Amino acid sequence: MANSLDDLFRFHQQALSLRSERQQVLASNIANADTPNYKARDFDFAAALREATSGGASTTAPMKVTSSGHMNGTPSTERTASGQELKYRTVQQGSVDGNSVDMDTERAQFTDNAVHYQTSLTVLTHEIRMMLAAIQG
Amino acid sequence: MSMFDIFKVSSSALNAQSQRLNTVASNLANADSATSATGEPYRAKQVVFSATPVDESGATGVQVVGVIDDPSPMKTVYDPKHPLADENGNVTMPNVNVVEEMVNMISASRSYQSNVEVMNTAKTLLLKTLTLGQ
Repeated sequence: MANSLDDLFRFHQQALSLRSERQQVLASNIANADTPNYKARDFDFAAALREATSGGASTTAPMKVTSSGHMNGTPSTERTASGQELKYRTVQQGSVDGNSVDMDTERAQFTDNAVHYQTSLTVLTHEIRMMLAAIQG
Repeated sequence: MSMFDIFKVSSSALNAQSQRLNTVASNLANADSATSATGEPYRAKQVVFSATPVDESGATGVQVVGVIDDPSPMKTVYDPKHPLADENGNVTMPNVNVVEEMVNMISASRSYQSNVEVMNTAKTLLLKTLTLGQ
């Protein structure tokens, strides 16, 4: 019984945590819009969500480090906290100081991400209310 | 929760941009200072930004790693009546490029505004998350 409640909420719960991670990556890009040689990062949200909801059998799991001689795979600036691989954004206009952050793209992506986050919140709220209505009769 | 790191990232950017604005203000104020407390004419200052990780989660903030002297050459102005003129009548004036400083100021203030927007959006989202289910 508890499992079917979990299943109902799972999709949007995963979407919410991935959206908040993406929000952080995009905020880092905006904060570093003037840093020389900084490259804008992002990760593929659709692929990450598909992977997270398909049961967690991922092909890009980070390597385990159990001894001092082991190599780390990718350093922490290459992955988000939950292990999503950070890719580089395609550069539309080059810049003299090596910075690849395009403020318009980043702000559009940030706003888009924020709206999707609010959508997931709204859907979760409605699912909770639906369950409560069913329970309370 | 990863969204709280957004506050650290954006506040580091606000700090960095306001330091940048400070140097712009110093440079513009001293664009004509032929001397200073050390006896040297004023040298324009620039900030150096560096992307620094905020913590293990991969969020990258920005930090000012140094305030350096602008390496461009000082201006020499021929003015024999100036009290600081040397034997040829030249006075060394600061190497402040007013046009560049104004562009710096506009860029810094736009970045500052964008980062304030990022913080406000993150705050709104977090507050809305608290009302989940109601």
